[in-house]
This record gives sequence, structure tokens and C-alpha cells, in this order.
Amino acid sequence: MTAPTSSGAAVVTLPTDTQILITREFAVPRHLVFRAWTTPELVRRWWHADRGEVTAAEIDLRVGGRWRFAMVTPSGFEVAFSGEYREIVPDERLVWTETYERMPDAETVQTMTLTVTGGRTTMTILAEHPSRQVRDAVLESGMEAGLQDALRLLERAAETLR
Amino acid sequence: MARAATTTDAFNAIAESRRRQILDVLAAGERDVTELGTALDLPQPLVSKHLRVLREVGLVEVREDGRHRRYRLNAASLKPVSDWLRGYERLWSARLDRLENVLEELRETEQGK
Repeated sequence: MTAPTSSGAAVVTLPTDTQILITREFAVPRHLVFRAWTTPELVRRWWHADRGEVTAAEIDLRVGGRWRFAMVTPSGFEVAFSGEYREIVPDERLVWTETYERMPDAETVQTMTLTVTGGRTTMTILAEHPSRQVRDAVLESGMEAGLQDALRLLERAAETLR
Repeated sequence: MARAATTTDAFNAIAESRRRQILDVLAAGERDVTELGTALDLPQPLVSKHLRVLREVGLVEVREDGRHRRYRLNAASLKPVSDWLRGYERLWSARLDRLENVLEELRETEQGK
């Protein structure tokens, strides 16, 4: 489990039956947040969420351009997401479509907004899913990841006992 | 989702937005059917119908108070639902903590220029 940081942890809420909203504050200027989301070698360093290794970070940053992020967990489970950019307002707003490649029929639309308050950047990502069923499936995938997280912690604990 | 475990039923029960509104009102304290109907501007039979579903899955409990039946939220039964959301939140917390590390480094590099 992740310890709280100076800027606070991510907050996940469900504004409607088909949405997921993620909010997180960062103590850096917003152009850096935008850069970290749109530069492949930077995405490779954070998108794994401590759950594996990023195996693909492809970004064609123009309206209609494609993107694809993939990672593989230590147990060999591969997850890949891809889509295209819909709207690009440098340092402020990025809108993209996103499909989990194991559920190719369910395309979601994600809107990232970066706002500045008192030198800090608030990042929000609003995900709009085609139905509540898809939204819930996405949330469940998080539970799966949480379980893997717990298993890894157990493994680590076991290693220290050797 | 299969309708087998109680947990699953709780998910189904709160999938309906009116039922979530009822839980919201009950989170503030006990209410009877009339009070719930007024608060949500819903006809009583409809409120009763939703309350029945919520009671079946244990999200709501009832207490006899003279001639009134008063309903209250059983917050413990919401735990599986909140755990479910927490798993996703943990994934994104970990991801964005790593993002923060990258951002701090970018800022230091920029300031060093």
C-alpha cells in the first residue's frame, strides 16, 4: 500500500453511473504534468503503478493521433490500453479515447484537466464510459490489481524471513 | 455479475440511483417512509418498494417505533462496495505517486538550468 505523500493521494469518485473521476494535486507547474503524460520515456517511468514494467508507451500527439500504453506484471499478465487524441490544449487539457484491449468494444472518453491554484497543479481525469456495466468492469479491474498488490507485499514479507 | 453472494446483491441494490438517494438521506439519520417520500419527492409505495430491496440485502435496517417503522442505514454492509472502489483508488494512487516522483525530478532539472 502507498503511504500518503506531501501532495496527498489520488481521490476517486463516481459522479454519475457511467463516470469515474480521479483527482490529484501536485506541487509542480502544470506544464510538467502535461509533459509527463505526453512524453513516452516519461510515461514509461510512472504508468506501471508499481505493478510491473511498461512495455509500450507510444504517443502520436496530434488530434486523431494514436496512443498505446502496455505493461506486464511479474506474473506475466499483460495489460494494454490504446486510443486516439481528441483534443489537445497544451499544458491545460487533453481529451482522448481509451480502449482496454481485452474489452475492445468498450471505448471510454477521458478528459484530463490541469488547473493552477497557488502554485500547485490540480489534475482531474474524468472518464466517461459507454455504460454502467463497462464503468463497473473498469473499477473491478482495479480490485484485481489491488489483490496482486497484496500478493506482492506477501512475497516481499516472505523474502525478508529467508 | 451473477446474483449469488450477498455482496453482489448489494452492488445491484445500489446500482439504482433512487436507492442511492434513499441511502444518502438515511446516512443523516433514521427516517420513516413518509419522511423519505417527502425528502425525495417520491410516492410512498415507490419508497417502500426500494426500501424492501435495500432491506433484503442488509443495507437498511428497520426498527418498530410505536406505530411507525423507522429505517436506518447499516453502514457496515457498504464495506464491500467501498473496498471495491478502494482497489481502483490504490492503483491510481500508486501510479500518480510514481508520476509525482518524475515531476519532482523534472522540476529540479528545470530549476537547475
